[in-house]
Amino acid sequence: MSPPVAPPGWSRWLVPPAALSVHLSIGQAYAWSVFKPPLESALGLSGTQSALPFQLGIVMLGLSAAFGGTLVERNGPRWAMTVALICFSSGFLISALGAAVEQYWLIVLGYGFIGGIGLGIGYISPVSTLIKWFPDRPGMATGIAIMGFGGGALIASPWSAQMLESFGSDSSGIALAFLVHGLSYAVFMLLGVLLVRVPRTEKPVESGPAVFDGVQVSARSAIRTPQFWCLWLVLCMNVSAGIGILEKAAPMITDFFADSSTPVTVTAAAGFVALLSAANMAGRIGWSSTSDLIGRKNIYRVYLGAGALMYLLIALFGDSSKPLFIVCALVILSFYGGGFATVPAYLKDLFGTYQVGAIHGRLLTAWSTAGVLGPLIVNWIADRQEEAGKHGASLYGLSFFIMIGLLVVGFVANEFVRPVHARHHIPAPREATADVVQRQQPESA
Amino acid sequence: MSSSDSSPNPPDRRALIAVSWLWVGLPLGYGLYELVQKATQLFTG
Repeated sequence: MSPPVAPPGWSRWLVPPAALSVHLSIGQAYAWSVFKPPLESALGLSGTQSALPFQLGIVMLGLSAAFGGTLVERNGPRWAMTVALICFSSGFLISALGAAVEQYWLIVLGYGFIGGIGLGIGYISPVSTLIKWFPDRPGMATGIAIMGFGGGALIASPWSAQMLESFGSDSSGIALAFLVHGLSYAVFMLLGVLLVRVPRTEKPVESGPAVFDGVQVSARSAIRTPQFWCLWLVLCMNVSAGIGILEKAAPMITDFFADSSTPVTVTAAAGFVALLSAANMAGRIGWSSTSDLIGRKNIYRVYLGAGALMYLLIALFGDSSKPLFIVCALVILSFYGGGFATVPAYLKDLFGTYQVGAIHGRLLTAWSTAGVLGPLIVNWIADRQEEAGKHGASLYGLSFFIMIGLLVVGFVANEFVRPVHARHHIPAPREATADVVQRQQPESA
Repeated sequence: MSSSDSSPNPPDRRALIAVSWLWVGLPLGYGLYELVQKATQLFTG
């Protein structure tokens, strides 16, 4: 499939909604927990078993983004969005069949394996295109799309819950809910498939810098550079630190103020979790847009340096002031979201736009690693501290100091990021105005 | 801003831009509304 080239007069402001239609859909993955209790009671599953489709989905997200990135660059965003639509929607449809015939393995295969491929390909599908359309504001452009991934769960969580309430929580109700999800997301994502276009020329914005000016590095070469691995470490550390809070947010705030005169109720803790989601989303668009003004290296200095400071404040004074605890946690979560959203623009600065989507896909393995590392640290330490007879805020003190250490490691790695050596660059194009389609040929090296 | 254009009268895309942003904005608005409802529980719950 040839990349869809924009006709004359096509507006670049049509590209962000195309990207959002995909990211708002696949962001549903983070609302999987809505289906867990009904599945457990309808199919007699344990909590671990009912988490399997989500876990497999996230593994497949990382794998398909890492290994499918070059295909996405080669075939263009419309191909990628079509693949994402087919995989994500058919994942739901297969799950509907699985629920209807009470065969759980079909739900794992459908939602987890096939749907997970849709997550990975969908996640990276608009990144490269957005950066090419917005060379003057790449942070803002990718921030909008990646904010959508956070927003997807905000939409799906209440929507899925209401659907289960209407259809019933037995296997036929779940099957119907999966069916409606599959069909609705197919229609919703279709907007992205129909709208997305690559710029006609390599200079889509008259006033902006040339898209293909400067350094260009292929995905294959990029992973051989120290810059890629420094950024991998930066992303991994930043995400680990954010997940450290996100993973145990509700029990954490309850434990911190259990002995205070105003303990936190279960309802209030749920409100805290919702507020963290809002900070995560706001950070994605807000901090990523800010990076266009102050530079990528500087914004990561803020995420990692100020993030470590926030953790230190919580560790030292968090249990004495509820507002301080809440504000610090919100700032940390906004940095977590910002870290995700800014990294494509950082990659573009270092490696150019040539195969930035594929490089981004490979970098997302840092996310998968952090997804295991962050919760493991916080949960393991909290369990050991509880066994040692500790309670309240002291359950988390050590975890917070480890998080500070991780952020410092990330901060140092960011300081080591330098421009990529010329030996990794691809040869400059012969004609600066060559058609973008010609430039998207696969690397032969 | 739009892509490089050689034709004298490119089609007006404003309606398409508005519809496409509404397409994604309305569900997102619904999600944000539900989020705000839940987040206020931190102060009232």
